Amino acid sequence: MTEEYAIQLSGITKAFGSVVANKNIDLNVRQGEILALLGENGSGKTTLMNMLSGIYQPDSGTIRVNGKEVSIHSPEDAKRLGIGMVHQHFKLVDVFSAADNVWMGREKAGFRLKRNRYAEMEAIAKKFGFDIDPRKKVCNMAVSEKQTLEIIKVLSYGAKIIILDEPTAVLTVQEIQKLFTVLRKMKDEGHSIIIITHKLGEVMEISDRVAILRKGEYITTVNTAETDEQALTEWMVGRKVDLNIDRPAMEKTKPLLELRDVCIRSDEGTTAIDGVSFYIRGGEILGVAGIAGCGQKELCEAIAGLRPIEKGQMIHKGDNIVGLPPRVILEKGISMSFIPEDRLGMGLAPSLSITDNMLLKNYADAKGPFVDRKQGRADAQQVIRELEVVTPSTETPVRRLSGGNVQKVLLGREIKAGPNVLVTAYPVRGLDIHSSYAIYDILNRQKKDGVGILFVGEDLDVMMALCDKILVLCHGKVMGVVHAHKTTKEELGLMMTGSLDLTNKYEDKPAGIAKDSLFGDGQQKVEG
Amino acid sequence: MEMDKLSVVTSFLHNIVVYNIPLLYGTAGEILVEKSGSLNLGVEGIMAVGAIFGYICGCYANSLLVGIAVAFLAGALCGLLFSVLTVTLQANQNITGLTLTTFGLGVYFFVGNGLKASGWPVMGNFSNIMAGFSNVAIPGLSKIPLLGHGLFNHNVLVYLGIAIAVAMWWYLNKTTPGLRLRAVGENPAAADSVGINVTWTKYLHICIGCGIMGIGGYYMGLNMSGSFNSNCWINGYGWIAVALVIFANWNPAMAILGTFVFGFFNTLRVSGSSLAAAFPSVLGFLGDIPTQLYQALPFIITAIVLVVTSIRSRKSSGLPAALGINYFREER
Repeated sequence: MTEEYAIQLSGITKAFGSVVANKNIDLNVRQGEILALLGENGSGKTTLMNMLSGIYQPDSGTIRVNGKEVSIHSPEDAKRLGIGMVHQHFKLVDVFSAADNVWMGREKAGFRLKRNRYAEMEAIAKKFGFDIDPRKKVCNMAVSEKQTLEIIKVLSYGAKIIILDEPTAVLTVQEIQKLFTVLRKMKDEGHSIIIITHKLGEVMEISDRVAILRKGEYITTVNTAETDEQALTEWMVGRKVDLNIDRPAMEKTKPLLELRDVCIRSDEGTTAIDGVSFYIRGGEILGVAGIAGCGQKELCEAIAGLRPIEKGQMIHKGDNIVGLPPRVILEKGISMSFIPEDRLGMGLAPSLSITDNMLLKNYADAKGPFVDRKQGRADAQQVIRELEVVTPSTETPVRRLSGGNVQKVLLGREIKAGPNVLVTAYPVRGLDIHSSYAIYDILNRQKKDGVGILFVGEDLDVMMALCDKILVLCHGKVMGVVHAHKTTKEELGLMMTGSLDLTNKYEDKPAGIAKDSLFGDGQQKVEG
Repeated sequence: MEMDKLSVVTSFLHNIVVYNIPLLYGTAGEILVEKSGSLNLGVEGIMAVGAIFGYICGCYANSLLVGIAVAFLAGALCGLLFSVLTVTLQANQNITGLTLTTFGLGVYFFVGNGLKASGWPVMGNFSNIMAGFSNVAIPGLSKIPLLGHGLFNHNVLVYLGIAIAVAMWWYLNKTTPGLRLRAVGENPAAADSVGINVTWTKYLHICIGCGIMGIGGYYMGLNMSGSFNSNCWINGYGWIAVALVIFANWNPAMAILGTFVFGFFNTLRVSGSSLAAAFPSVLGFLGDIPTQLYQALPFIITAIVLVVTSIRSRKSSGLPAALGINYFREER
């Protein structure tokens, strides 16, 4: 007789210092089901799962796998118990081939590396229904390939219980559908799957049951079929939340920022942005959609003056800004904030306080050789108050704040400068619903003030609700600019993968060039 | 006359090998350590510790083999110390390595001076060591004109050093434990997540790598005929080895080449004047270079090598991605 539950957690508690990440959690996973683990940031989902995968040990509580009580001291133990985890940040060795990444963890692999390990890997991948080039190095792989490799890795070690930590965050719509097909197939083969996610739509689509955590505590587990997004949100946040994102209609101004035929190189010297043209008007949000690494970062950096432009022109209010130093561009009112994957890498100095991070932007305004700490502190207090940043004080190192608050500080500082063009990339990356909506509000407030916003995003649902227009990038090329309320997710997905090109949809209207362009004046200025 | 010129070239080649093999030990050992993701700057000190204990114990036992074994063990013990500090206690690797250099040189002079006061074992008195360290010609190959004596007539430690480097290349690239070691050095979190014991892998390879450095130190002692004076036998070679690791691009096979390229310049100091005398028209200028410049040459070359290799593109680099970063599983 098989046990009903693959995993039973009871009374699990885990604290990091004085912070309790998991408090007395009970969670059961049935055999052969897909359980969605839902919760806001900092609700302890990943911590809880890391105790199953052997990264952490619980302070108290018991874990049962297939009815037997176990203690998991290391990932090796987890592997033996048939638990495999696909981490949010992939745990792959970049310089190894796909096969070697799997091979390195194989039991009884023998002393000598087998020459036929590539063929063997391909066979294993085929067995599970995947198609992967076993000789391809991880550093040359697309994100979805890396994820596939992670799943193959976990399956090939014989995992029966598979945990996926936010697997859809980096995928396109089509890739998500492919992943879900894989998950359903794995479920049919008897695997138990736990999927961590923020996205309610996906929870409803893929899961059999949903377990909800809030602030480190277990709330409930419900059958997906018997609930809806509104109810889930209330459990997750603890109160009623309006799930609609506003899109205030605004009187549009003349184009503020215009790019024409811009080419930008990446760090590796390849072409990251290839002949891109678009414009942003005041009072509108232009979304930029695209698979991760399609030139979004290079584009943002080039606009802020941090990266040279190979070819093409950038006009701000009729003035050419190509080749200007970042500070001058900033003074013209163009502000850029980029949230990288690790969420701390760009824009903020993690170990400096909020005040000091404010000073990083406006230190040059102070008179004399000393920094104006008073002003910096006042700025910090203002940002904390206006954006509801949760922090012990203005002097707390940014690194100690939670993700959402870090991002609020960064965005707050950029807005503080009073920009007329705001470039923001992934401002809600990794944020929970509550913090995300706070950020959308901030952006909408800026839009109402007549700021032109370039919003580089990843969640298509959000972009379709928040943005006025969406520009789709695929490998550095523009696939078209669509009206957010007229497009569909499928259309955007196809454009993101390059299978649909709408740039020549209207013959009379070249894509990305405004009718009332200020370019004429600009060009004369450049030439004169 | 013609014979004479040939013999000058031959002895130049011979010297390149004889005087620079310790670099190969140091470099190969450090490659193994660095491939585990640990940057050990204590090579100089570890070689010194291996040298002094290897030499003394080897002499007392009147056995080269005992000397090699003790040198290895002494080096490995230093490696153990480094592992405990950096892997288990998570101390900063750079500081620990530098401390180990100071510590190792301290041990070297402490033990050496102490023994010198009571009775220093003079190498010449130990027949087995002398015999063991004498040249062994490889049959056939050593008869090749010009190159034979230069490259194929050496003491066993030269052959052992080459063998270690070649074996290490094979181990790193062709075996499963080698693959796992590289995984630990590249991305310990990834290695950990597939069940590789990161701590054990690091301990093992740091200790073995440091042991190999120890043998290199012992070799230097023997090469100096065991004459103990105010200069340490290692004389900066440990530092050069650290640089050679970068030159060799973390590839033990390339380390052999690196050792000899580097050795070429290094040996000009010894053989420069005889080369100048043998080929006055072409190499005469070698005799005019002041000694001080020759002495500085190894370090000038090191600096040039570091500049040149740092231009190399990152993609082809063998630099382990997690080098110098301590791994702590629960780090968030």
